[in-house]
Amino acid sequence: MNLFVYGVVNSITLVLIALGFTLVYGVSRLPNFAHGALYILTGFVTWTFLHKLGINYTAAVFLALIFTGLVGAAIYQLLLVRVRGMPDSEIMVSFAIGVAIMESLRWKGFVGSSFVLSPFIEGTVNLWNVPIDLQRIFIVVEGLVVVALLWLFTHQTKIGLALRAIAQDEHAAMMLGIDSDLMAVLALALGSSLAGVAAIAILPLSNITVDAGYNVLIYAIAVCIVGGLGSWVGVLIAAFVLGFGQILTAAYIAPHYQMVVTLFVIILTLIVRPSGFMGRQKEIEERV
Amino acid sequence: MTIRARRKERLDRGIKVRATSIYGVSSLKEIFYLMAPWQILILGLLIIPLVLPSMYWQRVICMMCIFALLGIAFDFLANFVGIVCLGGALFIGFGGYIAGSLNSSFGLSPALTIPIASIGGAAITTLILLPCLPLRGIYFATVSLMYPLMMARIIEALGIFGGTDGLPSLATYPNIWVDQYLIIGIVLISTLAFRRLVNEDVGVVLRSIKDNDQAVRASAINVTFFKALAVFIASIIGCFAGAYLTHLYGWVGISLFALDFSILPIAAAVVGGRGTIVGPVLGAFILTPVSESLRAFGTLRIVFYCLIMAGFIVFMPEGLIKYFQRKYHQFEHWIEV
Repeated sequence: MNLFVYGVVNSITLVLIALGFTLVYGVSRLPNFAHGALYILTGFVTWTFLHKLGINYTAAVFLALIFTGLVGAAIYQLLLVRVRGMPDSEIMVSFAIGVAIMESLRWKGFVGSSFVLSPFIEGTVNLWNVPIDLQRIFIVVEGLVVVALLWLFTHQTKIGLALRAIAQDEHAAMMLGIDSDLMAVLALALGSSLAGVAAIAILPLSNITVDAGYNVLIYAIAVCIVGGLGSWVGVLIAAFVLGFGQILTAAYIAPHYQMVVTLFVIILTLIVRPSGFMGRQKEIEERV
Repeated sequence: MTIRARRKERLDRGIKVRATSIYGVSSLKEIFYLMAPWQILILGLLIIPLVLPSMYWQRVICMMCIFALLGIAFDFLANFVGIVCLGGALFIGFGGYIAGSLNSSFGLSPALTIPIASIGGAAITTLILLPCLPLRGIYFATVSLMYPLMMARIIEALGIFGGTDGLPSLATYPNIWVDQYLIIGIVLISTLAFRRLVNEDVGVVLRSIKDNDQAVRASAINVTFFKALAVFIASIIGCFAGAYLTHLYGWVGISLFALDFSILPIAAAVVGGRGTIVGPVLGAFILTPVSESLRAFGTLRIVFYCLIMAGFIVFMPEGLIKYFQRKYHQFEHWIEV
């Protein structure tokens, strides 16, 4: 039971982390390697608003999310838009920007145990005799709410439909008057904010460290690769596979091997089903 | 209404036109014109250690050459085979640890450990990257980014190869001149060899894999085999750099898997000029001293070369080498259109 509860929490955590990445990649075919950096940036910006400027928690969170969204949009508008369609350059530029953000945070002295966001909800409850703190339950609830809202957004609103149209067929969408670049900016801003949303929920569980950014980036891409890039259902399934895989490894072997398991799952997926669980339409393009 | 616009017109210099035809061998001036760029590179590399003032800068030279080798490996894989490898640290790590453990457990001398580590490390790297080779772009980039991080964790967890402390007091080179001329020689040889390789038959196959892998496959050529071959060739020099580094400092540790070894070579390749093989050497010779002088500011140097790299990709994607090449061969002037 213990394993089940924490497995679910871990899986939802992975879903939250991966959503932003898969949104951006799904819409604009842009691998945002700065994802982890934006995640960790949100944490530190919130902390700064909270402790240096003395804004209250809710306002700080919203400001931080808007800030991260703007940073994401700026990255696209200033840099990525000029290298669209060149996958190598896209990867290198976004990775460089991500590393630059993370390392400048480290340089500015954002290292140490004083950088803690307090949980929204204190206390623990017993769930089927498993003690679990309310923040973790909050993560599960938030994850489900975000997925539901995103589903509504992409299926019911006009902007959401436009995003999906671009993802399906860029040329046809442009003929119908959808601005592809504008949508890509929107997607990147939204994706960055989603990274922020994940950060706000997950970071209170421990210290904010810069190294978490690299892990987040790797786990986000791992989930997307296993699930099939740009596929929503795939992300959910892959997150649960990886989430439970990690928890089981930590319980029965050793916590150090979590990343080994992740890599093992990726490689197994690539050998057995190269386009991921759900990435049907990209099979021919991505694989030689 | 007339629209007045200007554009740059580029014309080949007379000497270029003469020198690239049969008349190239007819006069010393033309011969010199053709040979000068390479002679500057070769002689420059050979002279540098003699003119540098201190031991510190001689060590910097060694680091430059290590980054140059990694840069060449990255450039070759990215621009001639189409594999973006974000994990140069993997090569360094495998080469370094193999050389280090051979030296500390069996007492082999560097003259033996370095060749074994280069070939063995390359074989292992190719083997572990093999499952993801049929894929391209983002998949390979991610997996190659994960491996170095993962290897560091495994070594930490198992405590093998000295765990977090590393293996101290390994054999070093007899003197500083061997240090420098060994690696400078390898840099020169591998630059020239890779230039040759990409124009051989194998190189043509590799370049066409980058351009259109479906067409290569349709010609009944095994794409995965050639990609594996390319990774093997590139990781030989990568692993050599790792083994060399181990014996340079007489120490091997987890820091061999650090991010520096993955990013600086990429930045060097981008600054120098992608797809030129010589570019990364030039890039490494510009970036490494700057990065060394920023060492006092800690991680700021990583920020610095990340920003340079992003700036170059976006605003000057051709890189320095191609820019100089153009200035050397052509003159430009504005004309009205």
